[in-house]
Amino acid sequence: MGAGQKSTQSKVVHAIVMVVMILALLVFIAPFILVIINVFKTKGDINSDPLALIGKHGFTIENFPRAMDKMNFWTVFGNSAIITISATVLTVLVSAMAAYVIVRNPHWKVGALFFAAMVASMVIPFQVLMVPLVSLYGGILDVLNSRITLILMHVGFSVSLASFMFHGAIKTNVPVELEEAAGIDGCTTWRTFWTIVFPLLKPTIATITIIDAMAFWNDYLLPSLVLGRRQLYTIPIATRVFYGTYSTDIGLVMAALLLAMLPILILYLFLQRYIVAGVTSGAVKG
Amino acid sequence: MKQSKLSYKAGQFLMFAGPAAILFCAVVILPFIYGLYLTFTSWDGVSKSKPFVGLDNYKTALTDGAYWASLGRTFVYSVIAVVLVNVVAFLLAYAVTSGIKGQNLFRAGFFIPNLIGGIVLGYVWKFVFNRAFVAIGEAMSGKEPPSLLSTPGGALFCLILVSVWQYAGYMMLIYVAGFMSVDQSLKEAAMIDGCNSTKAMWHVIIPLMRSSFVQCIFLSTTRCFMVYDLNLSLTNGEPYSQSVLAAMHVYNQAFVYKNYGAGQAEALVLFIICAIIGMLQVYVGKKGEVAA
Repeated sequence: MGAGQKSTQSKVVHAIVMVVMILALLVFIAPFILVIINVFKTKGDINSDPLALIGKHGFTIENFPRAMDKMNFWTVFGNSAIITISATVLTVLVSAMAAYVIVRNPHWKVGALFFAAMVASMVIPFQVLMVPLVSLYGGILDVLNSRITLILMHVGFSVSLASFMFHGAIKTNVPVELEEAAGIDGCTTWRTFWTIVFPLLKPTIATITIIDAMAFWNDYLLPSLVLGRRQLYTIPIATRVFYGTYSTDIGLVMAALLLAMLPILILYLFLQRYIVAGVTSGAVKG
Repeated sequence: MKQSKLSYKAGQFLMFAGPAAILFCAVVILPFIYGLYLTFTSWDGVSKSKPFVGLDNYKTALTDGAYWASLGRTFVYSVIAVVLVNVVAFLLAYAVTSGIKGQNLFRAGFFIPNLIGGIVLGYVWKFVFNRAFVAIGEAMSGKEPPSLLSTPGGALFCLILVSVWQYAGYMMLIYVAGFMSVDQSLKEAAMIDGCNSTKAMWHVIIPLMRSSFVQCIFLSTTRCFMVYDLNLSLTNGEPYSQSVLAAMHVYNQAFVYKNYGAGQAEALVLFIICAIIGMLQVYVGKKGEVAA
């Protein structure tokens, strides 16, 4: 049968695929590697040779403290963290509740209408809403420049997709019989939901948490319209402002970019499996 | 009795769906309707009065050459980027499901660009194009070449390259899920029936992955069509406003040139395009279900 020959052949193919993939991966992460090697050089060394592993003037970590100080790193990191965590938690809670009442009462017209509106709204690009949003909440109500306003807006924009995903999960994964039994035992709907239904939604909760947390953390346009004061800046806004001010001091820029990427890269190191799984199931269902 | 049942229903609905409904209406429904009203006014963003101007904003939008140029550019950019993203993503997905060692590591690695926001990625790549590529060019030719970002075609090329780099890893994950959902025995059966692996790929595996293709193509299309952050940080529309894409034009029209009404009218055109893409996706997706 020539099995030996065939297996050598497939081994060669495997080896070639492996080499190509390693090269492809290196190309993929090359921009990050470039930032990392340049962050430890002086401005002059970066300008004279951005590709050298170590600059003529040697290794320096001086760019970090200066960039951290100038971009107000811990403040903007704290803002990003508070906004991301609160908005994600609220989105999960509020959407699961809404999806539950809609799924369990299919004959309520208001619920059906609300759900249809949410599904339809998913095609609306943010560009259509940004001008009226600024006009309503800035010009008329004057509630911009507040983290709470941004958090609530984030939630408002993400409830449609999250409710849609919870809707599917409750419909397929939560048996009504379980709730009926709880009802007979004297549980109110409210308690039934939190003690029986919500814990069963764990996989969907994880998916939505990952998708939304990443989206909120990295969002630039909405936060830039809502948060105008320096003390309220999130990491993307601070990065942009920093770049605008110090673009010629390339060593500082490298440090600021690395600082902006570091939190999520560190998180990815630990939660990589969950993030990949969450994004995949979110994309496939959404 | 009927009264109390109705109030019970209303109570339950408000308790569970109330918070979501209020926030959703406050940031999506209300602004959407208010935005329609704004297109009939010439609001400047500052004054309290919003003078009614009828259809003037729509006339401005229709005759705004820069707007239609940005839409055309966005179209070219999206078509090229979507094709390349999906080809690269499919090949990557094929490779990482072929049984090579360290598959999970590769999947995780190719996904990395998606973890980071467009603003930061744009600045990282700006450094790559302006410094690293120039240094490589200098080493190869002996004299310093101009940065790709300094020519109109080059800037658009850079936007496409970075988008492909970023989204390929994301779409790869969807294609990987597609590959995994195809029953291996079907491929084996096709091979026994005399297909070689290329034929099995074209006639068995790819048709079975139809839903992955529909999803990836539409997802990458909407992402590309609405791109803003990357455009802002990588090229900022330069050189000579020749790399301004549609989303950036709308933003500038409203918030930089303070033509809020006209900007909103131009945004509505984007909405119509997105709605058409969305309906097309539902239609194509449904059609596939019937056929399969």
